[in-house]
This record gives sequence, C-alpha cells and structure tokens, in this order.
Amino acid sequence: MIRTVDLTKRFGSFTAVDKLNLEIGRGEIFGFLGANGAGKTTTIRILCGLTRPTSGRAEVAGLDLARRSEQVKRSIGYMSQRFALYEDLKLRENLVFYGGLYRLGPQTSLNKAKPYLERFAMERYTDELVREIPPGYKQRLALICALTHDPPVVFLDEPTSGVDPQARREFWSVISDLAASGKTVIVSTHYMEEAEYCHRVLIMRDGISAAQGSPAELKAAHGVGSMQELFLLLASGE
Amino acid sequence: MTLSPPDSEAGSKVSEAAVSLKGFSFQYQAHPAVRDLSLEVQNGIIHGLIGPDGAGKTTVMRSICTLLDVAEGSVSVFGLEVNKHRTEIRSRLGYMPQRFSLYQDLTVEENLRFFARLFGIPEQEYARRRETLYSFSRLGPFQNRRAKALSGGMKQKLALSCALVHAPELLVLDEPTFGVDPVSRMEFWDILHDLKKQGSTILVSTAYMDEAEKCDHVTLLHKGRILLDGDPARILKNWTTNIYSLGSDAPRELARFLASQPEVLSSQFFGADLHITAKEEIGATKFRSWQAQCPSLRKWEKIPAGMEDIFLELMENDQDR
Repeated sequence: MIRTVDLTKRFGSFTAVDKLNLEIGRGEIFGFLGANGAGKTTTIRILCGLTRPTSGRAEVAGLDLARRSEQVKRSIGYMSQRFALYEDLKLRENLVFYGGLYRLGPQTSLNKAKPYLERFAMERYTDELVREIPPGYKQRLALICALTHDPPVVFLDEPTSGVDPQARREFWSVISDLAASGKTVIVSTHYMEEAEYCHRVLIMRDGISAAQGSPAELKAAHGVGSMQELFLLLASGE
Repeated sequence: MTLSPPDSEAGSKVSEAAVSLKGFSFQYQAHPAVRDLSLEVQNGIIHGLIGPDGAGKTTVMRSICTLLDVAEGSVSVFGLEVNKHRTEIRSRLGYMPQRFSLYQDLTVEENLRFFARLFGIPEQEYARRRETLYSFSRLGPFQNRRAKALSGGMKQKLALSCALVHAPELLVLDEPTFGVDPVSRMEFWDILHDLKKQGSTILVSTAYMDEAEKCDHVTLLHKGRILLDGDPARILKNWTTNIYSLGSDAPRELARFLASQPEVLSSQFFGADLHITAKEEIGATKFRSWQAQCPSLRKWEKIPAGMEDIFLELMENDQDR
C-alpha cells in the first residue's frame, strides 16, 4: 500500500528525512518510533501529500505521490499531532465538516461516527463546543474525524499522546480492528509498550532508518527484552 | 548556585501545606468539573495528579494558580486564599499549562526574557538565572533558535524554564511530558527531582503511570472526586488484587478466551503481555488447563501491581465512566 524509494527531505542545510526506503502492506499496522525531531512527522506529512520530498519517490495506495497527490489525499485519513479541529464548532459540527470534505452528507458523517462515539463513551460531548471539551477527548474526536470517510490508508501521528491509559487501549483496539478489516495503519507513538501492538516498526534516528522489522525480530536481533530498551539503544542520537 | 526559592518572610509557617483545598466545587456551564474536593499538597515534595481525561485535574491546577473564581469551598496557597491574594500567590508560583504555551516566533532567549520581565526580575539577576536554567535544560546552544523550531522535548524544557525564571516556591505542571520521547522524558524527571532537592514543591499531572510511580504522593481524581490518595510505593505494596502477566503469541485471541473464564476479573494489554486480575490465587493447574484450550498461552507469572494496573482496575469498576 505504501512504498518509498530513497525518500529524502531537506530544509536548508538540515536533512529531516534521509534516503528512507519503506514497504508497507495492506492490513498492516506499521509503527514509526524515534526521538523528538527524528523525522517521523516529516515522513508522514510527505506520504499524506502535504509536503514534497526533495528527492526520492513514494507511492501511496498504488498512486505515485509526485503526480497524483490529490487522489492520494482522497484515499487516506490523517490525524495530525496538532489538532486540526475547529474549536468554535461543536463536536457534532466538526464531524459534519470533516465528512463534508470527503463529500459525505451530514447524516452519513454522523452515522459513521456514531459507533466510535459510543466506543469512546463520548456521546455526552456531542453538542459541546470543541474548546470546552478535555484535550484527551479532542484527541478521540480527531481520530474519528480521520476515519469517517473509510479510507484504505490511515496515518495517525502520536494519536495517544496525553490520552489516559484506559482510552489508549481503546485507541489500539480501534487500530487493530481497522487493520483486521484490511486497512493499512501508519502510527507514531512515544509509548514503547504500544510499539508492541504494531506488526512492524521503523525506528528513525536523525532522518535515517535505524531499524525496521517486527518487534519480536528486532528485540531478538539486538538481544533486548523490551521495546523500551531497544529504543534507548537505537533511537537516542547522542 | 541553585534555583531554590529565596527565603520568604510572609506566611512561612514551616509546617503548613503548600496548597490546601477544602470542600472545593467548580463547574463549567452545565458540567461539574470538581465536586466537594479536599486535598493538601505538602511542602517540598513531588505530588502527582492522575485520572482519566476530564477528571478535573486541570481545574484543580487552574484554581491553585488563581485562574478561577472560587465560589464553593476554599483554595489556599502558602496559607493565602486564592481569591484574595492573587498577586502575591502568582509571584511565588510557576505554572506550566497543558500543551505548548510559549511564543513560537520568539527565540529561546527571548521567551525566557519575556517571562523574566513579566515578573519584574532585574536584568543582572535575570542574567544569572538564565545561566542556571541553561545549565540544567541544556538549551544554551539553542538560545537563538525560535521556539517553533525546537523539538518537542526541548519545547517542554523551555516551557519549564519559563515557569522557573522567577524562582517560584511552588511549581504547577500540567502534563509537562505530553508528546515527549522516552529519553527526554527521563531527563525531564531528573530535572524535577533536582528541583525538589533544592527545596521546590511540585504539583504535576500526567497520563504516564510510570511517572506517577516517581512521585512522593499521588492523587487519583475521577469525576471530580478523589478515588485514591497516598504514597505510591505504599499504595502499590498494599494492593490486594492478584495480578498475573501472561505471554502469548496471539494476545488478542487469548484475551477473548479469558473473557469467558469466571476466575478472571479483567484482562488488559501491556505491550506484548496481557495482565489479568483475579480475586483468588490462580494455580499452575488452572494455567495448564487454559493452555490446553488456548495453546497460544506461553507463560504466566504473578506480578506486583503497577500504578497502571491499579488505574485500570479502578476505572473498570466504574462502568459508566
């Protein structure tokens, strides 16, 4: 579903992503790990068609990003690290707005969102202005907004940061269901136990791929007992 | 030279708690955020505030920082009522709000200077404090970088530095490690422990339960009330539920199987493992019979409760959240 060849992004003299090669299959949960500033978000933004690579190629959902980025955008869901929600709109209105961007009617958007609102026990906030709801619930809403148009590929940039332990598990249960239904999920996280829930992970350091593989393979290859240890071993640049 | 607060003359009865809430209630429009809450934060400790999203943690912190009108109950800081002594309290506490609060277009140094001016710190004094702040945050080499160009971990260290620039006695930090990578998070907590050693009192909220275990005292809020309060080490030691860590090659399948077993109160994913809770001890015979029915079960081990186990158990017992 996703393929990159020597994907590179430079900002002036700074290389944020350096010759990255990835192949991610249908139905896969693929984790992006790395220290702050390692290049995870830049990579996600390139693959979402939000910023152009300096060099290298990428295909998303079978489409060449360089030539068909508009079609790519229609085939993906993207939950960014910073809330893209409208604070002055109600939760319900945000759902309708985001569904509308993908040409869903208001009722369809709300119907698609309903099972998720139930799952996250957040129906009580439906008629609240988004600025009035707790940040952890904004995060849940942002996830739902990325999913209502049923995209085959979903990018989640630190979806569970600042979310309570119980809700984090519900996020991962949703992610696991998405993958089981054949969707491809690319997810970044700073919770190393969540890295274990991924089929495969990429550990980035200073824009390069420091390691790629399944959590079990990587732990065995580096002789460590947990993803936390692996992270300390591979991800810290100092 | 240290960051420890200057000896304050006003209201320094040594034994008095840094913060005291008595019967405090607060609501936003229709939603009650905090109900009849009584809580003390002792001087010189790291006091953690945990709880599910929307439990009232930020409301408690904002009330302490004199940002809310306290109408029901009382909130006092350094023995002073927040409604009556806003200016004095604010000059003696540092607040790091949830999410990023800095001026993105200003440099690291300009952000620090801005907060120093806000608190009327003389230039020479500021220059001294800045060096101390740079030495612990290691932001010195980045002093001319704009805040928006900093990495997540550096931004949080800068926000903490800004909250410290006037050498406050009490620090109120609302989810300071939000979005911070594991290495920077450890460094951040080392800094908090150093500040404590130098005499600061720290009230900190977090969604990370490993951080809750690093506090001297922890309060778990739920629906605006206190569900658990005390020294985390003691809470963990005295927890009576039996907890087992199970290893499986197909943890979701194992979880489905265990859901039908009467001995199991709940099961939760913890990375590659599954933690189950049980009222009674579960013996090896039982585990072997489970293994016969669900061969993906590889190993089992009784483990002491962690704060995350306790958090999940308490939330599980409260069905309607």
